[in-house]
Amino acid sequence: MSRSTKRLIVVGNGMVGHRFLETMCALPGAADWSITTFCEEPRLAYDRVNLSKFFAGDTDGDLTLGSADAYARMGVEIVVGDAAASIDREGRQVRSQAGRLVPYDALVLATGSYPFVPPIPGVAGDGCFVYRTIDDLKAIRDYAQTANVGVVVGGGLLGLEAANALRNLGLETHVVEMAPRLMALQVDEMGGAILRRRIEALGVAVHTGMVTKEIVRREGRACGLRFADGGELAADLVVFSAGIRARDDLARASGLALGSRGGIAIDGQCRTSDPNILAIGECASWDGRTYGLVAPGYRMADVAAQALTGTGQGKLGTFDMSTKLKLMGVDVASFGDAFGLEAGAHTLSIVDSVDGVYKKLVVSADKKRLLGGVLVGDASAYGQLLAMVQSKTVLPPNPSDFILPARTGASSGFGIASLPDSALVCSCHNVSKGAICAAITDSGLTAVSEVKACTKAGTGCGSCVTLVKDILNLELKKAGVAVTNYVCEHFKLSRQELFHVVKVGQQRTFEEVIRAAGSGRGCEICKPAVASILASVWNEHVLADPHVGLQDTNDRFLANIQRDGTYSVVPRVPAGEITPDQLIALGDVAKKYRLYTKITGAQRIDLFGARSEQLPLVWADLIAAGFESGHAYGKALRTVKSCVGSTWCRYGVQDSVSFAVRLENRYKGLRSPHKLKAAASGCARECAEAQSKDFGVIATDKGYNLFVCGNGGMKPQHAQLLASDLDEDTVIRYVDRFLMFYIRTADRLERTAPWFNKLEGGLEYLRQVVIDDSLGLAADLERDMRAIVNTYECEWKATLADPDKVRRFRPFINSELPDPSIVHLPLRQQHRVATWNEKAARLGHGA
Amino acid sequence: MSAWQDVCALTEITPDTGVCALVDGKQVAVFRTGPDDGVYALSNFDPFSKAFVLSRGIVGDKGGVPKVASPLFKQNFALATGVCLDDVAVSVRSYPVRVRQGRVEVDATE
Repeated sequence: MSRSTKRLIVVGNGMVGHRFLETMCALPGAADWSITTFCEEPRLAYDRVNLSKFFAGDTDGDLTLGSADAYARMGVEIVVGDAAASIDREGRQVRSQAGRLVPYDALVLATGSYPFVPPIPGVAGDGCFVYRTIDDLKAIRDYAQTANVGVVVGGGLLGLEAANALRNLGLETHVVEMAPRLMALQVDEMGGAILRRRIEALGVAVHTGMVTKEIVRREGRACGLRFADGGELAADLVVFSAGIRARDDLARASGLALGSRGGIAIDGQCRTSDPNILAIGECASWDGRTYGLVAPGYRMADVAAQALTGTGQGKLGTFDMSTKLKLMGVDVASFGDAFGLEAGAHTLSIVDSVDGVYKKLVVSADKKRLLGGVLVGDASAYGQLLAMVQSKTVLPPNPSDFILPARTGASSGFGIASLPDSALVCSCHNVSKGAICAAITDSGLTAVSEVKACTKAGTGCGSCVTLVKDILNLELKKAGVAVTNYVCEHFKLSRQELFHVVKVGQQRTFEEVIRAAGSGRGCEICKPAVASILASVWNEHVLADPHVGLQDTNDRFLANIQRDGTYSVVPRVPAGEITPDQLIALGDVAKKYRLYTKITGAQRIDLFGARSEQLPLVWADLIAAGFESGHAYGKALRTVKSCVGSTWCRYGVQDSVSFAVRLENRYKGLRSPHKLKAAASGCARECAEAQSKDFGVIATDKGYNLFVCGNGGMKPQHAQLLASDLDEDTVIRYVDRFLMFYIRTADRLERTAPWFNKLEGGLEYLRQVVIDDSLGLAADLERDMRAIVNTYECEWKATLADPDKVRRFRPFINSELPDPSIVHLPLRQQHRVATWNEKAARLGHGA
Repeated sequence: MSAWQDVCALTEITPDTGVCALVDGKQVAVFRTGPDDGVYALSNFDPFSKAFVLSRGIVGDKGGVPKVASPLFKQNFALATGVCLDDVAVSVRSYPVRVRQGRVEVDATE
């Protein structure tokens, strides 16, 4: 089937070599070529931009770009672990180091670059490294085991990456830079200063303006650096990151023309001085210079592929050297004319050395266009600003709005809607806003992942993903598909609207709700959402016949599912107050059923590893000992955590435990859009951490301060002070209103903190609704809460009273055997879930 | 050759839920959809979590295709074929199943 007539050799399988093969093979002219590629490293192309992730736990595979399978499918022959040694331009063949002779009609050089190591005494030998390949990183990691102090020579982008790697390896870390500031190529003096402070705050010592003269050795092992000024710095591991040099030796030896500052000279179509040979990536010199970023390399790869297949007349233009990256958690971005070199350019900047933020914009002499800028500490605006530079968008009246912190209530004012279609969004893959919009409309894309798959935007360095998401949302909105908050495909309603449907329509089952307001049969998204609404409104038992199929497995088994399908049990311990007899009873139950026990973060005790059929037995014992369901399995009120308060604590000013018990007993089991956590502290020391809860009270000498909408967990958020110095009854009245208002209006799985963040009018509005009753809802909300409180029952007690419900806990409908797939193995004095391999070894094969 | 094995009465399965049956030593998840009284049988093994839990998933539909969502990580599997609707490269075994005189029967031979 192959009609290949021409032979193509690609020397080098780095990111650019890989990109070239991908582009080339996708072009119509590719069938005319048979392709061989040399890969010098022992592994196929990988993502060097994200090399540091190797230390963050990613294995080689996670960085992999090329695979043997994919190359085979593309019809590319790949020679791994061998490199081109010489080019015979007359005879048009390449000789490899292993002695292979491969003829070519066209040759593409993608040999990349090598790290520059200054030729100073002592650099050769143990303890000196570069930061370029996976093997380099492995060597650094191994050597770090016996090292204490690491120094990176070079404070550029890659040097700081390397410093972070050393820090993560547990070394005392120093950065030595010759220039007077860090990242001298990308940021200006002030940006460098702010960056330095941020990095020093992380424990990395920075030495600027220092020229390294010698690596000092003791008994052959590196032990320090000596500087030009005579100073010394002790170090047993040194990483050189002092820039890169093009690997042009192969080209040089075969007589190809080189650029004045190194690199293989190429024309606008990537051809070298020999028309049969092309060069791309970091080894190439275009316009008198080489380029150490991936975006120009990718552009060269595309242009070269088009030139060889005759599919395009693409030419290299000027390259955008804008960069955005996160160094040790600090955003750094530099784009366009970052240093204000254009004649008459204006700058506007803010410096906030308190928070470590620096932002500078460079504006044209006529103040109409953005030319470039520098962002340190917060680069969230990078994507939009870069696109404005590249598309030459006319600036809005107050460009300072781009860098000033958003004023409360005001939006940033100038949206992505005003970016022209030509604006470049993804510079790695050269994707414009227009291309993204077209893909969204033409292919009906609705998710960022789809846009990435379809256009490749956002799959390079990833810095434009936020912008891609904004563009997607805008396009969807325009198309009327709208960024809806519909529950799912079965209900074209938000949760709030659905709640209203149930309140007004008085439906009591899912069947009635979907018949009234939805379509289809429902799914794992809408069923639990409707079940939660029905529970909030009617408070019927979640395992009642019409409801049982709606529940997520945790609610269906009234316990928390674990990784092997067993469950954990958390009895309620109101306010964390527990008697010695209750502790003994918990211990007895855990021993009897061989459950792993652990204290939870919410002052309770979790019993792990119960098989489904054990749950009713466990609960019969727990109920006999006076326990109730803790609702740890439900989107419901979990606990009211407390500190010991005035009954014991010498600082306590109110009896916080008694109040916490009262609050927990009032709201226990309340079903809500997401879980609810609460706390009560006995004094301002706040030992119960009430300000990180959905609601919390802190004792004052006059009563309690009431906080709402705090959050711990993944996105910590400080709670808002709703009202001060309240008595207990007033707290309860406000909390009744607040919780019911939240339950009625929040989205599915939306905690109070993000709900609050979306609430128009913010805290003032919430106060008006809850305290001043501005919506006239207060009585209604309180009545709803009273109805829930009055119909509370322990879900487990009710379950055990109904044999039909208990039968649902059997593992098999047709057998009394226990589930044989459950295997637990010893861990400390308890046990854990067996891994899949351990299980497979014991059980023979599973499914 | 087929070997139908009796599992339970259809009425023992609440509509739009699943149960697990042990058939020839295999864990088979049997689902009943309502209101059409469809029955389906898949392996109870969830390939994503490597746990035997599919019978405990929520039953519903995706674009009209009857499916169950794994209770652990919520991947969807078509009830009729066992194909994962979120990743068509993955599927779980599907078994022949029928209702005779109100009894559910499964054939779990290879």
